[in-house]
Amino acid sequence: MDYHRHLDDELDSLRDKVLLLGGETEIALERAMHALIERDSQVAQEVLENDDKVDKLEVEVDRQCIEIIALRQPAARDLRFVISVAKMAPVLERVADHACNIARAAIDLNNEPELTAVEDLRKMSEHALSMLRAALDAFTSNDAIAAREVIKRDEKINDLYNYIFHRLIEMMVTEPRTATRNARLIFVAKHLERIGDYVTDICELTVYMAEAAFIKHDKE
Amino acid sequence: MSAEISRSTGSTPQASVAQPPAGSEPTPKISVGNLNFFYGKSQALFDINIAIKERVVTAFIGRSGCGKSTFLRTLNRMNDIIPGTRVEGKISIDGLDIYDARTDVVDLRRRVGMVFQKSNPFPKSIFDNVAYGLRINRMTSSRSELQDRVEQALQDAAIWKEVKDRLHESALGLSGGQQQRLCIARALAIQPSIVLMDEPASALDPMATTKIEELIVELKKQYTIVIVTHNMQQAARVSDTTAFFLMGKLIEVNPTEKMFTNPDSKTTEDYITGRFG
Repeated sequence: MDYHRHLDDELDSLRDKVLLLGGETEIALERAMHALIERDSQVAQEVLENDDKVDKLEVEVDRQCIEIIALRQPAARDLRFVISVAKMAPVLERVADHACNIARAAIDLNNEPELTAVEDLRKMSEHALSMLRAALDAFTSNDAIAAREVIKRDEKINDLYNYIFHRLIEMMVTEPRTATRNARLIFVAKHLERIGDYVTDICELTVYMAEAAFIKHDKE
Repeated sequence: MSAEISRSTGSTPQASVAQPPAGSEPTPKISVGNLNFFYGKSQALFDINIAIKERVVTAFIGRSGCGKSTFLRTLNRMNDIIPGTRVEGKISIDGLDIYDARTDVVDLRRRVGMVFQKSNPFPKSIFDNVAYGLRINRMTSSRSELQDRVEQALQDAAIWKEVKDRLHESALGLSGGQQQRLCIARALAIQPSIVLMDEPASALDPMATTKIEELIVELKKQYTIVIVTHNMQQAARVSDTTAFFLMGKLIEVNPTEKMFTNPDSKTTEDYITGRFG
């Protein structure tokens, strides 16, 4: 059964690669938020420089998925795995792009006086990061139940976003001189909110992979 | 006939496969209930239950020796010609029991045509190959009707354009793929309602295989097609329903897209993903 051992090896290698991409994405988000909260522009710069590596990994995952589909014609659980990975890689790359946008905001804001609302963003980013880690764990263990639990947590990200958005608008009204800088923070909050949506996408793909169920547009 | 036909008198047919909700489906073209089949003392098929729908392509997949070809041949009683074979259970086509003592087996085989793995044209002209069944069954009343029926069969088998200018040349001069389509034309000429195909493209190159597969998809508009194939991608490409056999048992029947993305049985999934054994 050499042929099938070969396929298993290729699927394992694909799994390793997408997890590596997930790991790089996690690090990018964590470091971008560190750069913003700790006002460390050097770290922000490193996040931007590392994005190239994330992009290359995404392309490698794509290429490997196409090769497996073309040469091995996977079916059933193997097919669901390859399709899920092929759809997950660009989602992870988008998360890393949002991390880069946060890093760019950090570089700009670090040259300006500190803003109090940054502390609220810390909470939001910790929640987003914890969701991303849990989503990647659910994917790794092919665990649809865990993936569904992560999806429920997106609501909290949305609540935090709404809270921070209104708080920042209030600050922009009461302290007009901070308006431009607080507007940047609204964008950071929006990036984190979008990351929550992407994590949900990853979990939906995990549910498809594990159960062949399409839950993307389910109301519940 | 050499086959002994007996009846299982026990339970009503058990659904060993996914069944649609009662009342939601039309009457199947072929109904098989509690079918057992024996080569002498050796049992080759075990308690097969399946409903095959009209004008769809149903593919049988499974390892060599799993019983899929044996089962295919029970559908037009081709196994009857093998000495010592025995059938238990029931197969109905259009509601009529084909193993009933009153069944006219010649007429059954006219209604249920068969195409084999290796093309087997007669050493006759292309025209005479297709006309053969029409002549021996006295199915035409004039020369012009015979010509029309031969042309129609060759057109239905998507080979007319390639042979229309050499109808009276030997069929043995055709390529392998053309010979196989000629055999399909020969089967279609006598107007069956069901066509059984036993690995019809396994000896053909990819281009000839594509033509056969396109033909199968086209033919299902008029015929009920049952195909045995070792090529799972072929089953995925051409069939609407797939049935998986293992060691003489029917493990699962499901719509093909479900079978190849999310089969119900772990055994089916292991076979489909190549992790079997």
